Amino acid sequence: MDVLAALVILVVVGGLVYVLSAPLRARDTDVRDENADRLEELEARKEAKYGEIRDAEMDYKTGKLSEDDHRALDRQLRAEAMEVLKAIDDER
Amino acid sequence: MATVGRALLILSLVVAGYGIFASLYGVRRGRPEWVVSGRRAVYAIAALCTGAFAILEIAFLRSDFTFATVASHSSTTTPAFYKAAAAWSSQEGSLMLWLWLLSMWSSLVLYLTRKQLRRVAPYATAVLLGFAAFFAALLVFLETPFGLSAGIVAEGNGLNPLLRHPSMMIHPPMLYSGYTLFAIPFAFAIGALVTRQVGAADWIRSTRRFALAAWFFLGIGILLGARWSYSELGWGGYWAWDPVENASLLPWLTGTAFIHSIMIQEKRGMLKIWNISLVLATGILSILGTFLVRSGVLDSIHAFGASTLGIPFVIFIGILIAASIGLVVWRREALRSENRLDSLLSREAIFLMNNLVLVAMAFVVFWGTFWPLIAEALTGSRRALGPPWFDRYLVPLTLVLVLLSGIGPVIAWRKATASNARRNFALPAVAALVLGAALVALGVGDRPAALAMFVCGAFVVVSVGQEFWRGIGVRRAMTGERAPGALVSLVARNRRRYGGYLVHVGMAVLFVGVAASTAFNDARDVRMSPGQSTKVGGYVFTYVKPTSRITATKDGSLEKISFGSVVQVRQDGKLVTTLRPERSYFESRDTSLGPVGRFFEGEATSEIGLKAGMRRDLWAAMTPDKAALAPQIAQGDKVFGAVSGKLPPKVEAGLLAEALRGLARRYVADPPVATFRLITSPLVTWIWLGAIIVFLGGLIAMWPGERDALRRRAQARYAARVAQDLGRAPRGATTVAAGSSEARS
Amino acid sequence: MQPARKRRIRLVAALSAAVMLAVALVYTSISASSEAVTPSDLQTAQAGVSYQLTGKVQHGSVRTTSDGVRFRVRDRDGTASVPVSYTGAVPDPFRQGREVIVTVRKKGATFVGERNSLVTKCPSKFTEDATKSQQKS
Repeated sequence: MDVLAALVILVVVGGLVYVLSAPLRARDTDVRDENADRLEELEARKEAKYGEIRDAEMDYKTGKLSEDDHRALDRQLRAEAMEVLKAIDDER
Repeated sequence: MATVGRALLILSLVVAGYGIFASLYGVRRGRPEWVVSGRRAVYAIAALCTGAFAILEIAFLRSDFTFATVASHSSTTTPAFYKAAAAWSSQEGSLMLWLWLLSMWSSLVLYLTRKQLRRVAPYATAVLLGFAAFFAALLVFLETPFGLSAGIVAEGNGLNPLLRHPSMMIHPPMLYSGYTLFAIPFAFAIGALVTRQVGAADWIRSTRRFALAAWFFLGIGILLGARWSYSELGWGGYWAWDPVENASLLPWLTGTAFIHSIMIQEKRGMLKIWNISLVLATGILSILGTFLVRSGVLDSIHAFGASTLGIPFVIFIGILIAASIGLVVWRREALRSENRLDSLLSREAIFLMNNLVLVAMAFVVFWGTFWPLIAEALTGSRRALGPPWFDRYLVPLTLVLVLLSGIGPVIAWRKATASNARRNFALPAVAALVLGAALVALGVGDRPAALAMFVCGAFVVVSVGQEFWRGIGVRRAMTGERAPGALVSLVARNRRRYGGYLVHVGMAVLFVGVAASTAFNDARDVRMSPGQSTKVGGYVFTYVKPTSRITATKDGSLEKISFGSVVQVRQDGKLVTTLRPERSYFESRDTSLGPVGRFFEGEATSEIGLKAGMRRDLWAAMTPDKAALAPQIAQGDKVFGAVSGKLPPKVEAGLLAEALRGLARRYVADPPVATFRLITSPLVTWIWLGAIIVFLGGLIAMWPGERDALRRRAQARYAARVAQDLGRAPRGATTVAAGSSEARS
Repeated sequence: MQPARKRRIRLVAALSAAVMLAVALVYTSISASSEAVTPSDLQTAQAGVSYQLTGKVQHGSVRTTSDGVRFRVRDRDGTASVPVSYTGAVPDPFRQGREVIVTVRKKGATFVGERNSLVTKCPSKFTEDATKSQQKS
């Protein structure tokens, strides 16, 4: 094994150790950070719920959902959306 | 440099092991810093593999024959593009590509989900690292791409000329992208099972795009293989039910079922066990497909030789199957359906039937492919099944599938009533039946399966067209846009839906092409001399005259000698097209043969004469009768052999070229009989066209960025309405809207 | 009919259909498949029965005929060989030394290949030692 190869490998190993241990050495794992992530997850769920409400409306308008079914589904989805909003509020 | 490459792979293995430990330790002990470290292990492996792959590629591009794999799969005369692609034409190179792609996609998904799925992601990381560790171990211990050549190698073997085609080179990366991308929803499914999160749709939402991308790439890989087979091989077909072809189709079928079935879980909380089973099966089938290609276990045209990798793969697949079944049984409580099937005539039921049909198709393909092994295990004698057996079951199943793809998008949720069935299906059904009647009148009735496919295809196209029409109407009612603009914004704001509809249209077109070209083609094998003609499928093919040419590589050495023909095709006396099929002969490296004869004992490829058209393809391949050339070849060998070794190499090369040129001239002057394979095949182009539509639809469905200002405003309106219903505004009426943009930045 | 009962009926119907399909599959795969053999297996071949023969094309045995090709197939690692008379499309990679798969039926002393059933295995992609196979051919 030539010197250049050995050096390259050493550098790579050093880099790996540094990169992989960095999170372990950084003692300040902020709980605040976790809250922000939970919030983002809830926001994503909210967006998805709103997407479902719009999808249901689209289904109704193109004839795949009867008026009664749509009303019931819409009510249910909005209730679920409210749950998510409540959860978002609680998180803040 | 080979040493560095080897070291990078060993480090990848070590880092994978560390990452598995770190992720699991971190998630079980509640130490998020370890989870982050585990995620970084994935990024690190991506970097290490990029380095290793780069070393390999550079060795190929530089024709560094100290690398054993370069010496056996490339040569200085191979064009640069194929040198780069030759890297993955070997067992070890393709494993390297697989590992590299896995590490890249895994890094991407873990980066994108780094703030979400905090309980599931560490387990998914561990699973993905487990895959990486397996492949890295194969590369380190069994099949290294960084092995060194035994002695000094002056010139490599070169890439098999059959593989010197662009689509043949893109085919493996596409397939492997598909396989590795399917590992991602698999890993997240395992994580969701372990953490009992399978009930929620979060893990599906985050990995859905990856499943779709996997389906997309795998589909492209399969299509490229079919297209290459049709346009490059002297056989004229595009699918042979070959075990390796089937192996790539299996995860595609279950993957298709998965991406449909998850919609039902998202909307109605149903089919959870189906979804988890499908995604786990797809991941396992992807590994199985990877294994089948390289194990030599089944007799296939893609015979890649018996290898030492069979046993490790079987053990790995066994572990995956056992773990999957165990986890599903263990967590079956969490997989309970939230709703029940209300009616067989409902979208939920159609999706369920869709699952059943696709799984049935996968089972048929699986059984037919593995039957030789099953039979051997049960009876001691190996047995083989031919294409007719597959067709017998898959044709009716495909018809049902296409029909479902026309009904599914349009049928109502929960329960389709007679009135909305009438509203939705009247037009497509009538249109399809009218077409069917017209086709019967035109004489298509004697091929019932093809007729049925045409009718079903028409049903799908009209049904989807109706959907688009209605959607445009809805948009116009909402915004007053004109039709073209309404279409664009309709699709842009409902990408999944309308992209998916487009995929259905594409598949219908594709299957219509398959049905027509299988049922109504006409293929003839004839021997003709110049001047003779044959009638094929209503066209007259005339062998006008022979051609020959010698192709040299860029640096002046001889690449191949080609004998060809000019074939004119006429219909009702009028010239339709001129085809120029050829057969090319590459030099063999066997030095025991004569210098001229050597060219006719090496690889041979066919150049197909193809005139594609919207209505039909005209296809021609030829093989000259080599036996008739034997005396001239022997003469050339004798004459050349007399002077060889006695002259300087440059002069010898010049004389050899002259001898070959003489042979070429002789072929044109006094051509022997040639065997032609002539095919007229209707609607073959519809297959490729349908495929393009499918992939366009897939791209639209996958396209990210459904967020835009308009939508945000609409959401803000919804939020206000929901808040109003709640009876109170959220803390500060602007909080929600501001919060959303804040969280998104 | 109660919903639970309806569901059970549906489940039974679906399972029955699946079982029927599976049975049909298994039954036809047994009857429609041909035995996969090597040339040494064919020493005890019966006339008229269809076999799927796998082996290597023996060097020097290839003769082109007017509508096909005649050749001998030998064991991959062995010397037993049988003559095959084949009509139909000859794949591009076909030549002596290559591994082939062909469906044959015994007729007298020779084996007649089923039309268009000849498959030549793609060479050299993942074989361990390309140089070794070069020396053999």
